[in-house]
Amino acid sequence: MKTIIEARQLSRIYRVGEIDVHALRGVDLTIAEGELVAIMGASGSGKSTLMNILGCLDRPTSGRYYLDGREVNSLTNNDYAAIRNEHIGFVFQVFNLLARTTALDNVMLPLFYDRSHRIQDPNTAAKEALRRVGLEDRMDHEPNQLSGGQQQRVAIARALVNRPSIILADEPTGNLDSRTSIEIMALFQELNDQGITIILVTHEQDIASYTRRIISMRDGQIIRDIAVPQPRRAAADLASLPPPETEMIKEVRP
Amino acid sequence: MKSTRNLLRAAFQSILKNRMRSLLTSLGIIIGVSAVIVMVSVGQGSQKQIEDNINALGTNLLIAYPGSASSSGARMGAGTRVRFSFADVEKLKKEATLLSAVSPLVMSGGQVIGGGKNWSTIVYGVSTDYFQIREWQVEYGNFFTEKDVAAKRKVAILGKTVANELFPDQDPTGQDIRIRNVPFKVIGVLKAKGQSGMGQDQDDMILAPSTTVFYRLKGGRWVDMINASAVSINDMDAAKEEMAAILRVAHKIEYGQEDDFTVRSQTEITEAVTETSRTMTLLLGAIAAVSLVVGGIGIMNIMLVSVTERTREIGIRLSVGARASDIMIQFLTEAVVLSVSGGIIGILLSGAVIMILDKFTTIYTAVNPEIIFISFLFSAIVGIFFGFYPARKAAAMDPIAALRYE
Ligand SMILES: Nc1ncnc2c1ncn2[C@@H]1O[C@H](COP(=O)(O)OP(=O)(O)O)[C@@H](O)[C@H]1O
Ligand SMILES: [Mg+2]
Repeated sequence: MKTIIEARQLSRIYRVGEIDVHALRGVDLTIAEGELVAIMGASGSGKSTLMNILGCLDRPTSGRYYLDGREVNSLTNNDYAAIRNEHIGFVFQVFNLLARTTALDNVMLPLFYDRSHRIQDPNTAAKEALRRVGLEDRMDHEPNQLSGGQQQRVAIARALVNRPSIILADEPTGNLDSRTSIEIMALFQELNDQGITIILVTHEQDIASYTRRIISMRDGQIIRDIAVPQPRRAAADLASLPPPETEMIKEVRP
Repeated sequence: MKSTRNLLRAAFQSILKNRMRSLLTSLGIIIGVSAVIVMVSVGQGSQKQIEDNINALGTNLLIAYPGSASSSGARMGAGTRVRFSFADVEKLKKEATLLSAVSPLVMSGGQVIGGGKNWSTIVYGVSTDYFQIREWQVEYGNFFTEKDVAAKRKVAILGKTVANELFPDQDPTGQDIRIRNVPFKVIGVLKAKGQSGMGQDQDDMILAPSTTVFYRLKGGRWVDMINASAVSINDMDAAKEEMAAILRVAHKIEYGQEDDFTVRSQTEITEAVTETSRTMTLLLGAIAAVSLVVGGIGIMNIMLVSVTERTREIGIRLSVGARASDIMIQFLTEAVVLSVSGGIIGILLSGAVIMILDKFTTIYTAVNPEIIFISFLFSAIVGIFFGFYPARKAAAMDPIAALRYE
């Protein structure tokens, strides 16, 4: 398999007043195209810092980072913006949708900054992305009219709309209940089956068990990197779960 | 960034999402622009009113005063100075080719008694040319004739104000009056002209033959002024020069010697008076322009708050691939759209205010398309200028810090 991400001795030092915080201490990481990877670790272990560097939102203090074979360390800020726009889709724990903006307009946002002109018709592309996450009937809803799971799906549609090769998700299920979390994982597995490389951060072993590789971090270093021989299928787990709670409440009521 | 249209659309969307804040932001510009337009229109209106009034004095008017242009008013008032004489007037009438009418002006203040009443006014002793020069018309009776002038007849034509004071609600033609105890017969009443540009009542006076005033009222001393009409408005300067040249010969003024009189043309007088009101207009405009700048500072203020409030939005935009310059342009566009729409609303508002002034008050307005354009342009510049700092602040944000902002 082709290598899509290669990081060599990444370190990131935050300077807070007089103190240097070593968020990353020499991280080596290689990820192949089409992988579905979970990054685990205690809070403060450097997971978000790593994700931000991999997503070209931040730069390492030292170390080399190759994305799709291209050395990105020396690129300009505008090149970074272009990489974020064309190659990477970001999904956050807190969804980060624009308030008072419809789902469709939120999903179209990356296309507004698309200078590559790969996508001819933003409207159609955004509708297609919403269809892929199963929200074609919620296009005109604004974030406050959507459930958490639906908001996260809109965010995933936004990450998908520019047809990126990599999706980076920093604790995407952190604010969701367990059933919705599994639904989101089912969506990630589906997208991964279609060939998109996905890296996600999670605290939960359950969520990690849906991935094919689990990387554990502690104090800014990778301490373990294991393959999951037989990942669970989220879609199958959903089928065996009781129906959503809302429907149960309805049934109990006289 | 796809196109300017997209940018404008995004700016409008963002503005419409915060209607109240947007309106408050633009309010300063709205008030500033309408203040500039209304103030300048009122200023120019009064300027035009003054011009109209002065022009109503008579077309192609030339006035010769005693005293040199450089001499002070005090010297002018000194009784020892050389004044004009009837001979000067005759010489002008005979020799001038560019003057169509010349009249002496002999002025006498005085108490008038008539119709059992008493009124203090000014008497102008003039020749028959004067009616043409000042474009007077009679409401009752007739003008006096050249024969009346030659015979020093004691006939008088009353200004409308004088007629109203002495003989209210009647035609005073044929009545006897006494000016400084000298008996005169009223032969006509002038049509009213109203106030002059300087606020004087032009109808509060009496016209009588120059000779009569000269010999009967003032005791034959001097002619105070000479009024003349140039043959055409295009020849004003030449006519003025000719008039001065003839008077110079009449007064035996050598080459290089200072004139003992001054000739002024209608246009010069108009300019002198309108200069004052132009300064006034400028002052009004400047005060209003200050309010525009204050409006711009208001935009900057609220844009700065808005940038902080929208930190997370900026982070989101950066995370999906916006460049710093895209963020900069976005906020700058919003500032300009806000100020330009404020400018447009301000123009409409000023239109309404001017319409109300025209309809319900006596305030004179003159709307100049130039000032509308300038204040509109100014509002756009204010938007760019005061939007720049907040926009740069927004663009300088670090994506991760912005995304983490609570
Ligand atoms: N912007 C920052 N400034 C200073 N220190 C930071 C900043 N971001 C993260 N850190 C520090 O870096 C370390 C790693 O943080 P982070 O990558 O967010 O951890 P995780 O996502 O695994 O919880 C922590 O000690 C955190 O306090
Ligand atoms: Mg984190």
